[in-house]
Amino acid sequence: MANTETQSILVVGGGISGLTTAIEAAEAGYDTYLIEKNPYLGGRVAQLHNYFPKLCPPFCGLEINFRRIRANPRIRFFTMAEVESIAGEEGNFDVTIRLNPRYVNEKCTCCGKCAEACTMEIENAFNYGMDKRKAAYLPHDMAVPARYVLDPALVKSADAQKVKEACPYDAIDLAMETKTMNLKVGSIVWATGWKPYDAHKLETYGFGEFPDVITNVMMERLAAWGGPTQGKIIRPSDGLPPKTVAFVQCAGSRDQNHLPYCSGICCLASMKEATYVREQIPDAKIYIFFIDIRATDRLEDFYVKVKKDENLHFFKGKVAKITQDTSGKALVLRVEDTIAESLQEITVDLVVLATGMQPNTSDSPLPIQVPYDDYGFIAAQSAKPGLYAAGTTRTPTGVAEAVQDGTAAALKAIQSIARR
Amino acid sequence: MEKKTAVYVCSGCGIGASLNIDPLMSISKEDYSVPVCKSHECLCSREGAAMIKEDISNEGVNTLVIAACSPRVMYDVFNFENCIVDRVNLREQVAWCQKPGEEDTQMMAEDYLRMALAKVEAMELPVPFKPEQEISRDILVVGGGLAGMTAAMEASKAGYGAILVEKEPELGGFQKKVGQIATFPYKDLKDNRIISDLVKAVTSNPKIKVYTGAAVEKTVGGPGIFEISIKQNGSLAEHRCGAIVMAAGWQPYDPGKLDKKLGFGLSPDVITNAMFEEMSFGGNVTRPSDGKPVARVAFLQCAGSRDPKHLPYCSTVCCTTSLKQAVRIKGQNPDSEVYVVYKEMRTPGQAEDLYRKAQESGVLFIRCQDPEVKAEGGRPAVEAADELSGETILLGNLDLVVLATGMVPATAFGPDIGKELLKAADEEKKEEDLDVPLDIIRRSKILNLDYRQGPEMPALRYDFPDSHFICFPYETRRTGIYAAGCVHRPMGIGSTLEDAAGATMKAIQCIELTSRGAAVHPRAGDMSYPEFAMQRCTQCKRCTVECPFGAINEDEKANPLPQPTRCRRCGVCMGACPERIISFKNYSVAMIGSMVKAINVPEEDEEKPRILVLACENDAYAALDMAGIHRMTHNPWVRVIPLRCLGSMNLVWIADSLSKGIDGVLLLGCQHGDDYQCHFIKGSELASIRLSKVSETLNRLALESDRVRFETVSIIDYPKLPGLLDEFAEKLVEIGPNPFKGW
Repeated sequence: MANTETQSILVVGGGISGLTTAIEAAEAGYDTYLIEKNPYLGGRVAQLHNYFPKLCPPFCGLEINFRRIRANPRIRFFTMAEVESIAGEEGNFDVTIRLNPRYVNEKCTCCGKCAEACTMEIENAFNYGMDKRKAAYLPHDMAVPARYVLDPALVKSADAQKVKEACPYDAIDLAMETKTMNLKVGSIVWATGWKPYDAHKLETYGFGEFPDVITNVMMERLAAWGGPTQGKIIRPSDGLPPKTVAFVQCAGSRDQNHLPYCSGICCLASMKEATYVREQIPDAKIYIFFIDIRATDRLEDFYVKVKKDENLHFFKGKVAKITQDTSGKALVLRVEDTIAESLQEITVDLVVLATGMQPNTSDSPLPIQVPYDDYGFIAAQSAKPGLYAAGTTRTPTGVAEAVQDGTAAALKAIQSIARR
Repeated sequence: MEKKTAVYVCSGCGIGASLNIDPLMSISKEDYSVPVCKSHECLCSREGAAMIKEDISNEGVNTLVIAACSPRVMYDVFNFENCIVDRVNLREQVAWCQKPGEEDTQMMAEDYLRMALAKVEAMELPVPFKPEQEISRDILVVGGGLAGMTAAMEASKAGYGAILVEKEPELGGFQKKVGQIATFPYKDLKDNRIISDLVKAVTSNPKIKVYTGAAVEKTVGGPGIFEISIKQNGSLAEHRCGAIVMAAGWQPYDPGKLDKKLGFGLSPDVITNAMFEEMSFGGNVTRPSDGKPVARVAFLQCAGSRDPKHLPYCSTVCCTTSLKQAVRIKGQNPDSEVYVVYKEMRTPGQAEDLYRKAQESGVLFIRCQDPEVKAEGGRPAVEAADELSGETILLGNLDLVVLATGMVPATAFGPDIGKELLKAADEEKKEEDLDVPLDIIRRSKILNLDYRQGPEMPALRYDFPDSHFICFPYETRRTGIYAAGCVHRPMGIGSTLEDAAGATMKAIQCIELTSRGAAVHPRAGDMSYPEFAMQRCTQCKRCTVECPFGAINEDEKANPLPQPTRCRRCGVCMGACPERIISFKNYSVAMIGSMVKAINVPEEDEEKPRILVLACENDAYAALDMAGIHRMTHNPWVRVIPLRCLGSMNLVWIADSLSKGIDGVLLLGCQHGDDYQCHFIKGSELASIRLSKVSETLNRLALESDRVRFETVSIIDYPKLPGLLDEFAEKLVEIGPNPFKGW
């Protein structure tokens, strides 16, 4: 237990993996810095409506994790922060962190007066661009830290002064600039997570062209009360509840032209989202077009349960093309029915593309040399001495596996310090 | 500690606009004789916090009531060491959810302040529990396979000792018999050096004490102070340890139990995937019947898996294993014909590359839900209706048929102790006993815990001692004992290495927290623990039966023997105790009772009913905050008390509330049942069971049972909360006022 006073751990990424690593290490008695590029902690899971297979809200577990942070002064977290450079070696890393301006300081009480005064609206990235939000905003209902953010576009605008003056607590600092911060740490855990594969690249599926072709992550926001429709599942084109919904599995996954690997979670995610639709729209018909249904371990039970629904049709076949019908109101899927060896056309109201997980390291690599696999995942847990990869930076995983891996990474980071 | 109380009321964030602050001051000063009472327009500001700190150092105040925002925010600002602190949630749960300036709003704020003052009166600072024995920093690892050896190594690398117990004469577990492995990056097969390297590392590591051909005979005590008896060659060794990693592994599903259609036993050339590994270890695969080379091989997936009659779950690794074995046959003889008959090919993540490799190697795949193995002129054959071609294919004259059987955790063997206990209990069952759901605990002889609730880890679905939680895979029902590897859930090599490290991390953390007297997950760091006023105990056993974590043993006279280092501080025992003898320093039946008493109940003719809401502090309470953040107005008659867990709800609070004229009591707890969301496992379920017995109390008071209600609320249900509260309030109006008002 040597050097715990002087040696600390840096965790990069405040999603479920990184959050876990930081908290687990801190609860074992180690000082931990947690760096997150978004203005809030929680990462992708904060954008999910429910987890499979229990259909329970991610915020329940996140709240427990936030309570653990509140109770533990050993964790210091920084949002809107990114790693600029890493130098040094195991036990003695020098890390430069860039802190992007929030334009709101620690005096913010989260009272919401700035948003009231703000008239400028921006695309709501939290809802994957499906709606607009005020340019002075709380990232989401349960955001930690509970502190507003000003969009840079607002700060540059004429509205900025009005918004600043609306704050009763002098919490808005329009002159806030990008800062850098230097940290000395003993070990680093990289957990920058994933992003959904860009559905625009799936040329035959019409994403971006037909408003009623959406992705699985967008469906999560449609089902969530904090989403663009206050939790009502409706067609983006006309606001009507869809009577038929198609889930297109492996949209870009297991495909040499896109993501050659399997993301492991999309089958279950689609089945979960099918239950959202079925709960809200009792007579809705659902098709799930799949290659293999991958419900490993006891998640098989969820597959068995969902399969019992007579309005849900599992269809073994690859969707070749999605077009609009002549009325322009419905979508037509051309499907190779591999079982009947025929080409079928199926008309639906809404299409959900089950896009896979792409590691953020595939286009935002680390500022230091580490090995990657063919797909941009970090190729080893111990990427280099003292630097470890956790969660979906290594392989696509579900939440439980990400937490498992995040916990394991905490131990690795501690060992690096114990070795010194 | 002699308390000197101070009350601080914030008027910022709309509180001042909604409430009249002066009466709050006078309640504190006059009714509660609080010596220091101050208000501030922004208490969380630097000046506000400095004012409080000044009072702590200059005035000697040490008991603080901070009436401002929710305790969920500004926690770092209002964190004062060695002080008793309570937060009155005037912002989210009064000013932001009530009509400003109304009498009802003011009354709510005043009640919350009174409740807080009553609460801090009953609170003490927790004194951490220190066991008499010295805390051990060694970790017991049960199982010397891949997971167990990895756990021992991981512990040693972090500076902790490990005691490794393996039942077989040699270390290595199942993987010892595996010659080639397929793991990340799944581009090709690799020779398995993992086990031999690990055996060398483990046996030469001075921090690891290895027992082979040994078993854990008995485990006594709790985290930090486990006493372990290990039996080896007829003699006993004693060890102390701080935490346990259970890596007891798995057994292949018994092929003798498989459906006859799968042909096991039909020919020596019909084998299982596990037998394939043994056969192929260190050499080429040949026909078991006559040792001749193999040229035609069929693999049958899901043999007994995903089958409600056998193993209903998917063992996750069998597809990858069969692909590996198929590639191996192809490597040994490129001209061989190798078929994989599958239902769904499951190769998640980068394992998809191995599937591609098998296809490129010429392995042929047949998708069929119901293949049949036949004997055709002495040689096995497989008949399979190929879903993709629509034709029935007969693969005749096979040299080898490999059945991909699944994994059964070591915890699945042995009779269920719960049923045994139930039988014994039936004979002496008392009528007032609650029907507490029993865990399945099998006598699998892995840990032999000396616990009142049974000798092993409770088994969850399909006998895996897994956590039920997606967000906390190491949440365990037996504190300080963490499952790792295939006993935890079916997994491959890569995942096992991670899982072993993860479980070791939790074991280390448990030791460190226990050594400080702190609780482990989910109340990590909590220093309070339950104390039993034993002179009033009636030996009713409710605390020992209901504890979800098996933290309380029992002596032969049925006296509870609490084991504080096993305790998770949920308060279920406190809620269960009919004699109210169980208390935490900062959380007790008396404390909540006096908060209830502090609620002002207006006379009947004022037409202001009162509703007590007991809410899970993690979910329902947070949801009420969210409703406030969205400025959703809710019923002004409610008074909310957050509970550590609804399982800590003691029925006396309901009786006290109703007998003082409160019109109704609403419990807001987490979902229970199969997909339970209560992080204390049974807390919300126990609360609802207790509630089902409350009608007796209500009858005695001649009150309607509709006055008490349990509602399941999740943290994201906030949009529904105002309606739910209003609906209950309407029901109470319909029933009419509580006749006990003014008594």
